[in-house]
Amino acid sequence: MDPMLQVQDLSVHYKTRRGFVRALEELRLDAIQGETVGVVGETGSGKSTLGKAILGILPAGTQVDGKILFRGRDLTQLSNQMYRRLRGEEIALIFQDPMTRLNPLMTIMDHFVEEIRDHESVSADEARRRAREALVSMGIHESRIKNYPHEFSGGMRQRIMIALAIVLKPSLLIADEPTTSLDVIVESQILGILQDLKRAYSMSLLLITHNLGIVAEVCDRVAVLYAGKLVELGPVRDIFRKPLHPYTQGLLSSIIHLETKELHSIEGSPPNMIAPPSGCRFHPRCPYAQSICVERLPPLVEFEPGHFAACHFGDKFL
Amino acid sequence: MPKQGSLLAYTVSRLILALPTLLVLLTVLFLVLRILPGDPISALEAGRRSTRDIAADKARLGLNLPWWVQYPVYLSQVFSGNFGTSLGQIYLGQPVLQVILQKLPATIELATGAMLVATLVGVGTGIIAGSRRDRPPDIVVRLYGSIIWVIPVFWLGLMLQLVFAVGLHWFPPNLRYEPDPVFFPPPSHLTGLYTLDSLLEGRIDKLAISLAHLALPSLTLGLVLSGFFTRTVRANLLRTINSDYVEAARARGIRERYIVYRYAFRNALIPVVTILGLQFAILFAGAVLTERTFSWDGMGTLLLTSIDSRDYPMIQGTVIVYAIIIVAISVVIDVINGFIDPRVRY
Ligand SMILES: Nc1ncnc2c1ncn2[C@@H]1O[C@H](COP(=O)(O)OP(=O)(O)O)[C@@H](O)[C@H]1O
Ligand code: SF4
Ligand SMILES: [Mg+2]
Repeated sequence: MDPMLQVQDLSVHYKTRRGFVRALEELRLDAIQGETVGVVGETGSGKSTLGKAILGILPAGTQVDGKILFRGRDLTQLSNQMYRRLRGEEIALIFQDPMTRLNPLMTIMDHFVEEIRDHESVSADEARRRAREALVSMGIHESRIKNYPHEFSGGMRQRIMIALAIVLKPSLLIADEPTTSLDVIVESQILGILQDLKRAYSMSLLLITHNLGIVAEVCDRVAVLYAGKLVELGPVRDIFRKPLHPYTQGLLSSIIHLETKELHSIEGSPPNMIAPPSGCRFHPRCPYAQSICVERLPPLVEFEPGHFAACHFGDKFL
Repeated sequence: MPKQGSLLAYTVSRLILALPTLLVLLTVLFLVLRILPGDPISALEAGRRSTRDIAADKARLGLNLPWWVQYPVYLSQVFSGNFGTSLGQIYLGQPVLQVILQKLPATIELATGAMLVATLVGVGTGIIAGSRRDRPPDIVVRLYGSIIWVIPVFWLGLMLQLVFAVGLHWFPPNLRYEPDPVFFPPPSHLTGLYTLDSLLEGRIDKLAISLAHLALPSLTLGLVLSGFFTRTVRANLLRTINSDYVEAARARGIRERYIVYRYAFRNALIPVVTILGLQFAILFAGAVLTERTFSWDGMGTLLLTSIDSRDYPMIQGTVIVYAIIIVAISVVIDVINGFIDPRVRY
């Protein structure tokens, strides 16, 4: 099947006063229709950057190289006008922190009507009807649609954000740590909603998270990022059973040992992204590092069907 | 909860809360004017007249009585609007409040004109700069904002007079109205605001004359204030343009012009309105120098002549009216903010 999304050799370099931040380097990733792909990696590994790059909402002046093919069209070549129409209509993004993502001066209804009418020429009444429908489908009572964002809890705001994201029925939904700022009960509700939606609309879902438990539960495949590089990619079962990259191994053992779902217990600290380490970016923290790791960048190799890793010694872990 | 109802309730609560604020301000004024050592009467008269004369003056005004006797009398004076009669040569024997009410419209007109100039120029340049960060327009505007801010009011006033009145003859150099008694007598004194009175009379010609006189003083005071607005608007716009809700709106494919207006600009406006209000209050003080430069017959001029002629009741009355205006402005600002921002209404 032709992939709906194909990210090819994507590099994103943010311009800052101190130099370029190499947030993503030659990343490849794809997703077919109806698939859920997890993206994991510690804070600063470039996960959010990937989501924003796909939607074309990186800050002005950011250097983007490579291709982002969506249904065969290269998004990086789209005009501003075409790109704007695509956002929300075909690809939608849910952000990590729902508390700051709504305009405090607009009612929930205003948000919906504005979005619907910025994309489709429908009457205000029709837009309002669809807004109510979307909100109710997220379990929020109709009577609250004229309320302002500050009158809702975090979990409810995230449901509102989801309703806004799906009201135009996009075919690809990117969820950037949609539950990180919420408590566990709300988290499982939100995950349930996302899975139901995916099934109902046969959407593809790119689920960015730092929670491996969530990946095991809902994802078909998973991509592991380390310091802007894709270090491992494959079916969730393969990767959980047989992680090939030492960084992925570290991630998995940290959940087993600590019985927590958070990732961060790998020795050492994340690298400087302006001048990242030479060769394999993981070498300063890797227990298996050899001199070749410092000198040469490990290529992404398909070690078993559909299971890729970027480690000089990947075959040793097979 | 209906939006209108809650805004009304909010307005009423602001009005009620303004009363204690006003009382505190009036009490501070009472302390400064009457109780603290170095009261204005002694300060004004020291060295010019004998201590005995000063004591006699104080006795006549009741300023020698203990504070617990003076305070209730003072408050009842304020709330009944009876500030006594003038002791100065110009307005000798006239009720203080009546004189103040004659001068107040001139200052309100000047302050409003200046506020309009400052808001238009300040918000306009702030938007230009904030939406074109670090590009040439932004750099020019930032330079303007810093320079205009440090220029002394009277100097700018004199320059504008020299260029636009003396040099180019575009505007009259001073006064509120050029009384040409045959063709254009001043507008009849309905509100005391010449622009409004001209309109009420239906006389466009008089309106033009009033506006021409208002132009230079308003520009002077308005430009000096605009620098501050420019910087505030720019800073707030940069903040909101980089905010999370703007990024989220972009991700939903909202049109760029709506993002700039509904998201960035409206949110940037909230702190600006508060600052605008504070500046409006300060502006009444800044008007003193401008009024002098342009021989503008308002509250500022009244305050200066009262100090010159050691007219204690007039000084007290003027200062109290200033205090009331400041509290009134703060209520208006709160209500405007309540109108823009739903969060403050609850
Ligand atoms: N707007 C930006 N300007 C400069 N650097 C940025 C910007 N956004 C993110 N970065 C940097 O890019 C790197 C990747 O960030 P991000 O994509 O947010 O990672 P993640 O979502 O995995 O935590 C980090 O080093 C971060 O500091
Ligand atoms: S390439 Fe070397 S440093 Fe990098 S993960 Fe593999 S063994 Fe470790
Ligand atoms: Mg992130």
